[in-house]
Amino acid sequence: MTTFRLNGREVTVDVPGDTPLLWVIRDEVGLTGTKFGCGIGMCGACTIHIGGRATRSCVTPISAAEGADITTIEGIDPEGNHPVQQVWREIQVPQCGYCQSGQIMQAISLLKDYPSPTDEEIDAVMAGSLCRCMTYIRIREAIKKAAATARGDASNG
Amino acid sequence: MGRLNRFRLGKDGRREQASLSRRGFLVTSLGAGVMFGFARPSSANQIFPLDRSLPDDGAFEPTIWCSIAPDGEITVNIIRAEMGQHIGTALARIIADEMEADWSKVRINYVDTDPKWGLMVTGGSWSVWMTWDVFRQAGAATRTAMVEEGARLLGTTPDKCTVANSIVSAGGKQISFGDIVAKGHPSHSFTPEEMAKLPLKPASERRLIGNAELKALDIPAKTNGTAIYGIDAKVEGMLYARPKMPPTRYGSKVRSVDDTDAKKIKGYVRYLLIEDPSEVVQGWVVVLAESYSAAIRATDALKVDWTPGETIHTSERDIQDRGRELISNKEGGVYIFNDDGVDQAFSSAHTVMEQEYTCASVLHYQLEPTNALAFEKDGVYEIHAGNQWQSLILPTLAKSLQVPESKVILRSYLLGGGFGRRLNGDYMIPAALASKALGGKPVKLILTRSDDMQFDSFRSPSVQRVRMAFDSSDKITSMDYQAAAGWPTGVMAEAFMEKGVDGKPYDQFAIAGGDHWYEVGAFRVRALRNDLAEKTFRPGWLRSVSPGWTSWGVECFLDEVAHRQKKDPAQFRLELLTAQGRNKGQAPDSVGGALRQAAVVRRLMEKVNWGKTTLPKDTAMGLATTAGQERGMPTWIGCVAQVHVDRSTGVVTCQKLTIVVDAGTVVDPDGAKAQTEGAALWGLSMALFENTEIVNGMPVDRNLNTYTPLRIADTPEMDIEFLPSTEKPMGLGEPGTTVVGPAIGNAIFNAVGVRLRHMPVRPADVLRGLQNS
Repeated sequence: MTTFRLNGREVTVDVPGDTPLLWVIRDEVGLTGTKFGCGIGMCGACTIHIGGRATRSCVTPISAAEGADITTIEGIDPEGNHPVQQVWREIQVPQCGYCQSGQIMQAISLLKDYPSPTDEEIDAVMAGSLCRCMTYIRIREAIKKAAATARGDASNG
Repeated sequence: MGRLNRFRLGKDGRREQASLSRRGFLVTSLGAGVMFGFARPSSANQIFPLDRSLPDDGAFEPTIWCSIAPDGEITVNIIRAEMGQHIGTALARIIADEMEADWSKVRINYVDTDPKWGLMVTGGSWSVWMTWDVFRQAGAATRTAMVEEGARLLGTTPDKCTVANSIVSAGGKQISFGDIVAKGHPSHSFTPEEMAKLPLKPASERRLIGNAELKALDIPAKTNGTAIYGIDAKVEGMLYARPKMPPTRYGSKVRSVDDTDAKKIKGYVRYLLIEDPSEVVQGWVVVLAESYSAAIRATDALKVDWTPGETIHTSERDIQDRGRELISNKEGGVYIFNDDGVDQAFSSAHTVMEQEYTCASVLHYQLEPTNALAFEKDGVYEIHAGNQWQSLILPTLAKSLQVPESKVILRSYLLGGGFGRRLNGDYMIPAALASKALGGKPVKLILTRSDDMQFDSFRSPSVQRVRMAFDSSDKITSMDYQAAAGWPTGVMAEAFMEKGVDGKPYDQFAIAGGDHWYEVGAFRVRALRNDLAEKTFRPGWLRSVSPGWTSWGVECFLDEVAHRQKKDPAQFRLELLTAQGRNKGQAPDSVGGALRQAAVVRRLMEKVNWGKTTLPKDTAMGLATTAGQERGMPTWIGCVAQVHVDRSTGVVTCQKLTIVVDAGTVVDPDGAKAQTEGAALWGLSMALFENTEIVNGMPVDRNLNTYTPLRIADTPEMDIEFLPSTEKPMGLGEPGTTVVGPAIGNAIFNAVGVRLRHMPVRPADVLRGLQNS
């Protein structure tokens, strides 16, 4: 049995300890916003927050989640209106959308570490998040806009 | 999205179907209000709630394409796959604009398969182009019916009425579409013949088409985790499945299976040998388990011994050599153009230029691995999966299952990337056969990434031989273009092939682009079908298909000719884009012909200050231009790539892509830009970053540890401009891909004088070129 907090609620599951957290979230708990892409932690589609840090759930065993505080795309804002989600819609970032939960989770984490990120910082942190539709130009723009909005920078926000 | 709400409806399948066709699923309704911040009690059959409902009765359907409910909600039926192009929104704009609908009342319904929809395919950049007339006519029919009934309810005649924003007005009185339906019960429906005669709005009166303010209806759900893709489809009691992949795409035979170790995996159920009467899936063993993670492990633990198929030792080199052999042989192939005088022009030429260009195998790597959920209910097999060509795979599925086509239905979902991979629905077959073997029990089969890449119907490697004949004054007298590759349409959709000038069928998606719009004298285009490629793998349609690689040959070759003649490559192209003869274009699809391509090139030259910009050392621009996907549907496009070449490492950095497009009328300006951004970056990825290689009969790459598509850090600055036009809209999903590779190849030559003729360009190739120059 493994117990952890998911989007603010306590969850207990009974699965083998080496089961990837991704499949627990998707199939045991039933939250499908977190996606399966590569299975080896190299595409970022499965990105969630553990203790507020962006983490690849496809390579995180459930045994490592004991007592952890986990947030998925469904849990970052009760109304789906986190500032990063808002700017993602405003700039019309998603195309197929499959990677975008992971992109948004990674971007939120990035903005905590770099409130005014440069292109280089964006490129470095977002490098692990593959977008096969190649929405990269808009991801960059959206992250900068979200940062500007958070700073209250009216000229950019 | 509430796709799976159907499982909560009545037990009578037919009634369920009838109500669903009205209910649909409502993209825009699924905003924050429906979303849950936390999971409901954990269970395997968690389904997403659809908390809205439309009345089953009382909606008015003037055509099969849309309905208006008594509350004014307008549902537009979309038969195209939603895979990132926001196609539902683009098509809904067309019908709603002509209807004079209130856009805020428009909802999209992505339909399941039904013969009444006709050809269900989403590819070739065709969707807007092929729906344009039908949806404008359907919109006009709806408007006509609303005005007729509205006039009656207002006590006047239709000619006295105006209509805007879902409201019919006359003499100071007005009535909404919803009230017209609720109170008037309109019943006027239209035949296609009647629809075709209805008057359509002039371009100047369009409010939704071309409106840059409208947002895509599918985007909100893609920012909050509520968007439902094929992989998210669930049904109570389903088993999870993963295939154990055979060593060759075809012909592998299972000798023995040992599941001793698989049995040690908690949740392992059993394995199945897949026997596919359609012969699309050969030699598969499918492992069933109670969870997908158990299925992954059990498949790894399962030991299968195969007798491999005959291509077990085939390499990419073998396939390319076979292509060269086919081109060298004067017999065989199909002539797309074969003007009189080609042979004579070459035999009497003052000079002849000839080059060979090659392009590597490329994998789709759509981010959602292929998957399908299949089960049988009341004698009908339901297949739940994202797919781009339902009309193509449905008969194959029927053959695999040995049931009539009427006993198979495909349920539509969002696609986590299409890029042509899901034009081929082969991944549904093993799920369907596994379900059949279990008496119709639901089976959810998901390929891991490694499985998906082995099973991909990837872009065939290709060889192009390009020759040109010149007279003594260096004037071009003839061009002979030949290309050899695996033919995706030949393998998967033979009836869909076109006929050459010699009457023989050929795959337009394995030669298009070679049949360019330049004036080159007597022109020959010959397509060769690479049989070894087709024995080894299932060639696929991959974003931009052949124009993604024929442009590499045509546009690099033209640059080579221009440089040899000491002409500016852009000016040289303008001289050839004369719009004479076959290149003058025809209504309605290619009005203006090659002159529109010339206009694109001129605008591009202006934008980048072509030939007048001084750039740092080893940095240069290169230009390429194409007519997009097919001569019958030209999207005129040009690109200037600015690159820097690092002489010490051979690394090519693309600094900027400037693109000009004439796609006719642009229905969705932001979506058009997004498609062109994505398509162009696919072009960049295939030019510099990604390819695979066939080794021992299979693509050698199995995941991102060795397969390296473009990432954010490699993304250059982009400047994209659409030329204003009111001509018929052409496609935009792919044309952006076609121009980038050759623009980069030409820029590398302009930067450091190295001409590379194999795509992708890797640093080692650049270094070798620098050493030789």
